[in-house]
Amino acid sequence: MLNDASIKEIAEIRTKYPNSRAALLPALYVAQREFGWLSPEAYEAVADLLNVPKATARGVGTFYAMYKQKPMGRHLIQLCTNVSCMILGAEKLVDFLKNRYGIEPGGISPDGRFSLVIMECIGACGTAPAMLVNDDFHENLTEKNLEETLEKYR
Amino acid sequence: METILLKNIQNPNSADIDEYKKVGGYTSLPKAIGMEPQQIIDEVRKAGLKGRGGAGFPVAMKWTFAAADPKFPKYLLCNADEGEPGTFKDRPILEKNPHILIEGMVISGHALKAEYGYIYLRGEYPAAKHILNKAIKQAYDNNLLGENILGKGITFHLAVHQGAGAYICGEETALIESLEGDKGQPRIKPPFPVNIGVFSKPTVVNNVETLSNLPYIIEAGGEAYAKIGTPDCPGPKLFCVSGHVEKPGVYELPMGTKLKDIIYTHCGGIKGGKKLKAVIPGGISTPVLPPDKIECPMDFVNMPKHGSMLGSGAVIVMDETVCLVKVCHRALKFFEHESCGKCTPCREGTGWLRAILGRIEEGHGTEGDIDLLLSVAGNMLGKTFCPLGDGAASVVQNFIKHFRPEFEEHIKAKKCTVNG
Repeated sequence: MLNDASIKEIAEIRTKYPNSRAALLPALYVAQREFGWLSPEAYEAVADLLNVPKATARGVGTFYAMYKQKPMGRHLIQLCTNVSCMILGAEKLVDFLKNRYGIEPGGISPDGRFSLVIMECIGACGTAPAMLVNDDFHENLTEKNLEETLEKYR
Repeated sequence: METILLKNIQNPNSADIDEYKKVGGYTSLPKAIGMEPQQIIDEVRKAGLKGRGGAGFPVAMKWTFAAADPKFPKYLLCNADEGEPGTFKDRPILEKNPHILIEGMVISGHALKAEYGYIYLRGEYPAAKHILNKAIKQAYDNNLLGENILGKGITFHLAVHQGAGAYICGEETALIESLEGDKGQPRIKPPFPVNIGVFSKPTVVNNVETLSNLPYIIEAGGEAYAKIGTPDCPGPKLFCVSGHVEKPGVYELPMGTKLKDIIYTHCGGIKGGKKLKAVIPGGISTPVLPPDKIECPMDFVNMPKHGSMLGSGAVIVMDETVCLVKVCHRALKFFEHESCGKCTPCREGTGWLRAILGRIEEGHGTEGDIDLLLSVAGNMLGKTFCPLGDGAASVVQNFIKHFRPEFEEHIKAKKCTVNG
């Protein structure tokens, strides 16, 4: 079910821990990277590979906010609205994303280009408001530079 | 003052091992390996180092408990799960000075006779993950990690374990659960991790900033280190300041620097010359302070005497335009989202507090809601495994304690009275 590269990567991760259960979180990341989200099949593949119960894999995976339980858009916007970002205008940016791209928090844009997840502090409070797009930080956001930034992600 | 933790971070290549070595990096490690483990613990005791994650626990004491446990192998875990809202102090170390942390961990590992270390890194720091992995590889390649370090017979293996977006994993027993491949739900203590921690072995969990102090303590000696900061609480401290100040950012200052000086001297005062309304001094879980209470020295000993806590040193500054009911509501939304669900008072209490605050903010509050908030908060305090529930309850108590009229006005006017 998982491709050979993922299986190899998980085997290598496994060597960093004294037992295979401890490799569960990183292995779920590998599966998520391959499939874009953690489908029932992805959970099953990881569970089989690490020899942990399927219910355990799913129970652990659904506890953590960064494991995706449904398909995502091509690019993942993780926008912080916690206090430091909120008092510097993050909520307006949420409205802007809704109006400009048709994305609701937790949802996906109609063209499948973006997913939006509202975050609980991403550690960029000194340059608030801030977001991650995929793996990249974008800070000191305004409606203008938010749009300019997102236009780079097609 | 001369920076210790953030030394050389203006250098764009500061994360590289050669640049770190150029400014004296990895000179403490050989010195430490030449010392007996107990000697290192003694230096840390003389230094008076207290844990920088928020609790301020004496590091030498924690280490002594773990070192005394006869079980092996022992584990050293670095808590890099900085998720306390307002906190971004460890990020410059992780992204720009990773080798100071690695050097600190090898020294600490030797002191504890621990052969395995993990850096539990929050999922929200993808750049740091790549930087740390690269730095760890460089350290292995230079025989500074792995077997027989520098040919002195010391072994220390280190790997990054990435979290996945759960604030609770910053709590040490939840972090351990998560590292073991489970949901991040705290364990009851005792047993303490120093005896039964990760994989049921003696485990020390220390914060990024704490461990990054070790190279300097070994270099300068515990006594010299103890001259920085205050006698009760020595050392440098990273303060991360956000919100309505002219110059937000991470500042390395002596422990005990006054909150007022951090805001007005170092950060240039309130943005746009507006009036200060409130300060959360140590991350969102620490009690909010009104403007007349900011003369306090920022350290673990003095802050409680001034009605708050040092926490993670995350200072959130709010000017007169901010609605504090809204801030309190947002804070509780956070706690509700991040409650792990294990303890009923926290799981239910955070949800109810959020709901009541929400209706007050939206203009549907009723007379008696403030007392109801205090009643719910009072029924959470001290009734949970970990401090998340206590934090949530005390946030509500302290916002009401200092800013009750603002809550009353919202209820009376049936709308937000700050931003209409």
